[in-house]
Amino acid sequence: MAALELLINGTRFRIDVDPQQSLLSVLRDEFDLTGTKYGCGEAQCGACTVLIDGQPARSCVTTAGGAAGHAITTIEGIAPAGQLHPVQKAFLEIGAMQCGYCTPGMIVEGVALLRRRPEATEGEITEAMEGHVCRCGAYPRIVTALRLAEQFMKGKQG
Amino acid sequence: MSAVDRREFLQLAGGVIVLLTAPPMFAQESGRRPGEGSIPQTLSAWLNIAEDGTITIYTGKVEVGQNARTSLTQAAADELHVPMDSVRLVMGDTDLVPWDMGTFGSRTTPAMAPQIRRAAATARDMLQDLAAEQWSIDRAAVVMGDGKAIHPPTNRSITFGALAKGQKLVQTIRHDESITPPEKWAVAGRSAPKVNAADFVTGKHRYASDVKRDGMLFGKVLRPPAFGATLAALDTTGVSGMAGAAVVRDGNFAGVVAVRPPLAATALGALKPQWKLIPQPSTSATIYDDLRKLTTNELGVRAEGAHFGSLLDGMTDSTYKLERTYTVAYIAHVPLEPRAAVAEWNNGKLTVWTGTQRPFAVRSELAEAFHVPEEKVRVIVPDTGSAYGGKHTGECAFEAARLAKASGRPVRLVWTREEELTWAYFRPAGVIDVRSGIDKEGKLLAWEFHNYNSGSAAIRTPYQAPNQHIEFHPCTSPLRQGSYRGLAATANHFAREAHMDELAAEAKIDPLEIRRRNLNDARLRAVLDAAAERFGWGMTKNGGIACGVEKGGYTATCAEVRIDGSGGVHVTRLVSAFECGAVVNPDQLKNQIEGALMMGIGGALFESVAFQQGRILTDRLSKYRVPRFSDMPRIEVVILDRKDIPSAGAGETPIVGVAPAIAGAIFAATGIRIRALPLVPRGLERANGEPARPGAGQS
Repeated sequence: MAALELLINGTRFRIDVDPQQSLLSVLRDEFDLTGTKYGCGEAQCGACTVLIDGQPARSCVTTAGGAAGHAITTIEGIAPAGQLHPVQKAFLEIGAMQCGYCTPGMIVEGVALLRRRPEATEGEITEAMEGHVCRCGAYPRIVTALRLAEQFMKGKQG
Repeated sequence: MSAVDRREFLQLAGGVIVLLTAPPMFAQESGRRPGEGSIPQTLSAWLNIAEDGTITIYTGKVEVGQNARTSLTQAAADELHVPMDSVRLVMGDTDLVPWDMGTFGSRTTPAMAPQIRRAAATARDMLQDLAAEQWSIDRAAVVMGDGKAIHPPTNRSITFGALAKGQKLVQTIRHDESITPPEKWAVAGRSAPKVNAADFVTGKHRYASDVKRDGMLFGKVLRPPAFGATLAALDTTGVSGMAGAAVVRDGNFAGVVAVRPPLAATALGALKPQWKLIPQPSTSATIYDDLRKLTTNELGVRAEGAHFGSLLDGMTDSTYKLERTYTVAYIAHVPLEPRAAVAEWNNGKLTVWTGTQRPFAVRSELAEAFHVPEEKVRVIVPDTGSAYGGKHTGECAFEAARLAKASGRPVRLVWTREEELTWAYFRPAGVIDVRSGIDKEGKLLAWEFHNYNSGSAAIRTPYQAPNQHIEFHPCTSPLRQGSYRGLAATANHFAREAHMDELAAEAKIDPLEIRRRNLNDARLRAVLDAAAERFGWGMTKNGGIACGVEKGGYTATCAEVRIDGSGGVHVTRLVSAFECGAVVNPDQLKNQIEGALMMGIGGALFESVAFQQGRILTDRLSKYRVPRFSDMPRIEVVILDRKDIPSAGAGETPIVGVAPAIAGAIFAATGIRIRALPLVPRGLERANGEPARPGAGQS
C-alpha cells in the first residue's frame, strides 16, 4: 500500500492503495465510479476506457501507480454539471446502444477521437474504434452517432 | 412475495391498483403443483396509479438490451392515453412483480405486452368511472387523453393523480378487456427511444456488477482446472495470516472474500488445492463424431407433423438426389457484462442483485439451495449488460449468496471473462444429416432431416415436401450447453437453407427460384421477395440468400462477400427483410435486426469454442474472436409492417438466415461449398480450393 495522488475528473484525491492495483478496480471499487466497466481484463474490449491526460487508455491494464499524477477522466467526467457532451447527445439521438454496457467506453474513445480528428471519416472511425466490442452489434449506429457528433461539434464552433 | 407481503404492499399503496388473480394463462405457465397456486399466493399488482399520479407497471420480464422496458412502456402509455415519461416500469424484482417464467423465447412482445395493455385498460376504465361519478355524468361522455379525464361539453378535466387521490380501489384485470388494436395505436407503432438511455450514456446506470452495499466484501471462487474435477484437499494456510481476507469452504465449493478486490485475488492465489480429475475424452476436433455416439435415445424425437408420406417413393421418383452432413460448433454468448451478483443476508432473508433472464427461477434455486421458503429470497435484476439466452441460470447468485452467508457480510462477485468463457454454458454443437430429392423442376419430393444435439427449434421445413421425416436426436453433451439467441433455429436453418442451395446447384436452378418453387407460405414469400428486391438479386456474382420462420417472425437474408488475396472472407453487404406482425417500435426493431445480423456474422464466419481434456482453450477475448467494427458490412433492413397480425417477438429470429446466406455467397464467389459453422475460422486458403468434407468442418 502506498499513498497515491490521483486526479480524477478534475478533483485531486490522496488514497492508500496498492500501486499495482488496476486503475479500473480503483475507480470502481474505491471511488464507486462504476461507469467504467470491466469486460475482459486484457485490453481487448474497450469497456474500461478512460482518458489519461486526454489520451484513451484501457484502465484494466493500467496500474493505479502508473496513472498517479496524471489527469484521469472517466465517463462521469465527460458531462460535468449535467451538460451532455455532443458525443453523448449523438448516441441518444441515434439510439446507438442496446444493453448499454459498452457505451461509456465507446463514448470516451469517441470523445478522444473527435478531439484528435474533428472530421474523422467513416473509415477512420472504424479503425479507431476497432478495439471496442459491442456484443449487441450496435456498430453501424455507433459510427453514425460519431458522424453526427462531428456535426454537433462543428455547429458549436461555427 | 408471500401473500402477507403482498397484502402489506397493497395496504401501503394508495390510489388505484390493478391486480391479477390466478389467470388461466399464467397459472398454466407457472408449473406449480395443483393447489399451490391458490389465489392469495398469486395475488399480485400489475399496475398502480399513486395519489400523485405516478403510474407504475410491474412485470417479471427483465431488460437485457432488447429494449423491452421501452416497448412495454409504450403498451401501457397507449392504453392509458398518457405520455411515455409518466409511466415507470418495475422489472424483475421478485418481491414486487407478478410471477413470470422468464425473459426468453421472444415472448415479451406477444405475451407480456397484451397483458400490460389489459391491466392498463382496466385502470383506464376505472378512472373513467371515477370521473363520471365525480361529475355525475354518463361514463360515455368522459374522454380519456394526455393523463386526464376530460368532459368536452363543459370543458372540465381532471388528472389521473387527482382522480386516484384518496382512493383505495383495487380492481381485478378483466381478461376479456378489449385492448387497442394496432391500427389505433397512438404510442406504440412509432419509434420511441430507449426510455432510460441518458443513464447509459452518462455511466449512471447501475448494473448488478455495480451494486454497492454497506460493508460489502469482494468474492472470488476457486475453479477446478477441468470440468468434472472435484476438490480432494485444500490447504488454506496461505490465507490464514491475511488480514481482511477469509476462506469459505463447503464441500466441493471453495472461495474467498476480502475487503478489497486485489486482496481477494491474492487470497485466491494463496490457496493450495488438490484436484481429482476425471477422464474428458471429447475435444473440439472429435465432437461431431462423439455426438453421434452420445445420443441419449436410439429413436430420437420425431418433429410433430413432419413424418409423413414415403421417403422411399419420394427418393425413387426424384431426378436429383443429395445426402449431406452439416456441422455447427459450440459458441459462447460473451455478454459484455459477465455474470455478476451482490448478495446480502438480513435476518434470515436473502437479497440478491444479479443479471439473469429468469429471476423467479433463480429465486427458486436459491430457496432450495439454502433450505428457506421462497419469500425469504428476493432476486432483483437491474437492467443487465446483455444475455442473448446465456443468462437463464443463477450460478453466480448462488456463489455470492454462499460467500455472503459464510462471511456474514454482503458480497459482490463478478465473474472474470475467463470464468464466463469457461463456466457459463454454450450454444450446443450439432451434426445435421439431410437426405433429399427433387424433380427436374426443382420441386421437393423427399426430405429427411436428422439433428444430433443442437436442438429442435425450427427443425421443420417451411418448404412443401410430400414425403418427410424430421427427427431430433438428443445427446449427452460433453460441454455444458443451453439457450442462445434463436437457439437451434440457426443450426437448422443453416443446414436446411445450405441444402436448398446445393439442390439448386444440382438442378442448375437459381437459389431464389428453387425457394419460390417450394414455398406456399405467403408471409415467407413476401420477405423473401422483399430481401431479393432490395439486394438486387442476380445483379451481383457473390450473393447468397436464405429465409425462414421462427417464433412468429418471418425473415429473409441476402449476403454479399468479398474474398481477399489471402483467402479472407469479408461480408460486404447484408440485407434483411423481416416481418413480425404489427411493428411496435420501428427504430428499435431495426436496432434488434442490425444487432442480430452483426452477431450472426460471428457464428457464421469464425466463432467456435475450442476444448480438450475438459478445458476450454478459448477462454479469453484474445482467444475467442467476436465481431468487431471492421467486420461490419453495409446493412440494409426492410421491415414489413402487418397491422392486421398480432406482434411477434423480434430479438432472435433475424439471426437465423445470416450463416446460410453467407455460405451461399461464398459458394457463388468461389465454388467452394462449406458445410460447417463457423464457415471460415481461418479463412479460405486452408481449404486449398477443395470443398470442405461433409461433417469434417473446415480443416
